[in-house]
Amino acid sequence: MSIQAKNITKTFGSFVALNNVSIDFPSGQLVALLGPSGSGKTTLLRIISGLEAADGGSIYFDGEDATHRNAKDRRVGFVFQHYALFRHMTVFDNIAFGLTVKPRRDRPSKADIRDRVFSLLKLVQLDWLATRYPSQLSGGQRQRVALARALAVEPKVLLLDEPFGALDAKVRKELRRWLRRLHDEIHVTSVFVTHDVEEALEVADVIVVMNNGGIEQIGTPEEVCTRPATPFVREFLSDVDLDAVQERRQRELATPIQLASPV
Amino acid sequence: MAGTISRIHHASGHRRLAVTEPLPVRLLLIVIALLFLGLVLVVPLAAVFSEALRKGMAAYGAALIDPDAIAAIKLTLLTAAIAVPLNLVFGVSAAWAIAKFQFRGKNLLITLIDLPFAVSPVISGLIYVLLFGAHGWMGPWLQERDIQIIFAVPGIVLATIFVTFPFVARELIPLMESQGTDEEESAMVLGANGWQTFFRVTLPNIKWGLLYGVILCNARAMGEFGAVSVVSGHIRGLTNTMPLHVEILYNEYNFVAAFAVASLLAALALLTLVIKNIIEWKAHRDAAPRPEPGEHPA
Repeated sequence: MSIQAKNITKTFGSFVALNNVSIDFPSGQLVALLGPSGSGKTTLLRIISGLEAADGGSIYFDGEDATHRNAKDRRVGFVFQHYALFRHMTVFDNIAFGLTVKPRRDRPSKADIRDRVFSLLKLVQLDWLATRYPSQLSGGQRQRVALARALAVEPKVLLLDEPFGALDAKVRKELRRWLRRLHDEIHVTSVFVTHDVEEALEVADVIVVMNNGGIEQIGTPEEVCTRPATPFVREFLSDVDLDAVQERRQRELATPIQLASPV
Repeated sequence: MAGTISRIHHASGHRRLAVTEPLPVRLLLIVIALLFLGLVLVVPLAAVFSEALRKGMAAYGAALIDPDAIAAIKLTLLTAAIAVPLNLVFGVSAAWAIAKFQFRGKNLLITLIDLPFAVSPVISGLIYVLLFGAHGWMGPWLQERDIQIIFAVPGIVLATIFVTFPFVARELIPLMESQGTDEEESAMVLGANGWQTFFRVTLPNIKWGLLYGVILCNARAMGEFGAVSVVSGHIRGLTNTMPLHVEILYNEYNFVAAFAVASLLAALALLTLVIKNIIEWKAHRDAAPRPEPGEHPA
């Protein structure tokens, strides 16, 4: 599903988080919102998800106006920086939640829910953890459970708010490669927020560089690196060795993923 | 504390912790604390039960099945049965609103919730007399319609609700604030409506805090004297709650009966403490991480 944001404006008190932002997210791509903290990237993500209402502007899903649709009716998957798993539920119940809250007529049977949860657990390679509680998992495992939970309702869009921000460097690298491969498998339109330039370059199809509540440049990793549109982009990406990143990306995506468990 | 510190001290060999006090100082502190507790808490509690049983079990039992005593017990239970659920609903709504939303007048609401703690219970009773009494603001209007609030059960219930309404809210606000809104947001994005979010995500996360608040609220509702005394009118068998009944019996030099009823209130207090401790233990156990063998959380 494609997402369109038109003239989105959002202020918090006197702070302008988003200033007349317009952007198209084409269907099926993995897009990174990249920028320093306070640039408005998380706010834009939350407005797309319906968790935050814009002061002005509109959001379109596949050309349909979704501006006034509730978060619960938008059918987006959202992954939070700090996982936000339900702490009193097992991993199984966490992933099943989105299916069990459906109105009775749309709700799958118990057996179907079970099958779906276990296929998702297999997808995130955690089927041996179904009966654990979130507090018993490591950070990387929690984030994969959060991802499985978001995917359970078959969202048309996957939104990830600094999904690897709370993880240590090694786990973060493994998990972002894994996310890239997952996206190549399921092709759901995905938008993820990050302030880590390398992460954006390594994972995303398209990078949206944001600063001060506005968009500086939209382009492929190669474009933003070789042809920075503004001095800010040039400065922000100045430390990156694009060749090294691209080489790594090629190599890592070519080799089968090995998620050291437990991550 | 002293025990913990000394254990750490021994375990770490001869290293002396900066916070460790010399043995005599520790003993002195412990003795002072125990003496004070004994004098102020244990002796009076023991006195209640020993006075109540001074003339034997028969006299004790007789005091409790006296019709006026039974009426007082019933009224106390009725009052708590109305006040506690209402304050439960109010407390959860107020805490939910304060902890999870930003709105104008939030600080005012927080201040108002604390008002019953700040105002003397007698004053809060008097406010209701001033409002609903025969010569109060709404007195004539109520009299025309033959509605009696002061010196009747509704007044007692109102005064009790007023005095006890901070307990649940005060218990929940810090808890809900510390838990944030992440889990609720997750639930909403996953398609849950407001009720599902509350009953399946919020409530399970606050259940122990809620139970704790309810227990304290209940103890206060049953034990409240000042506010209820002002609005009750002390009509035996009709508007006397247990604490008021104790006072009347005591003033009549009927000590055994007075202490017998008082012993029920004391037993309620002890029971409250036991339940409170169980809840704290369970809440602590739920909150603690449960690592299993072979697990290496990153």
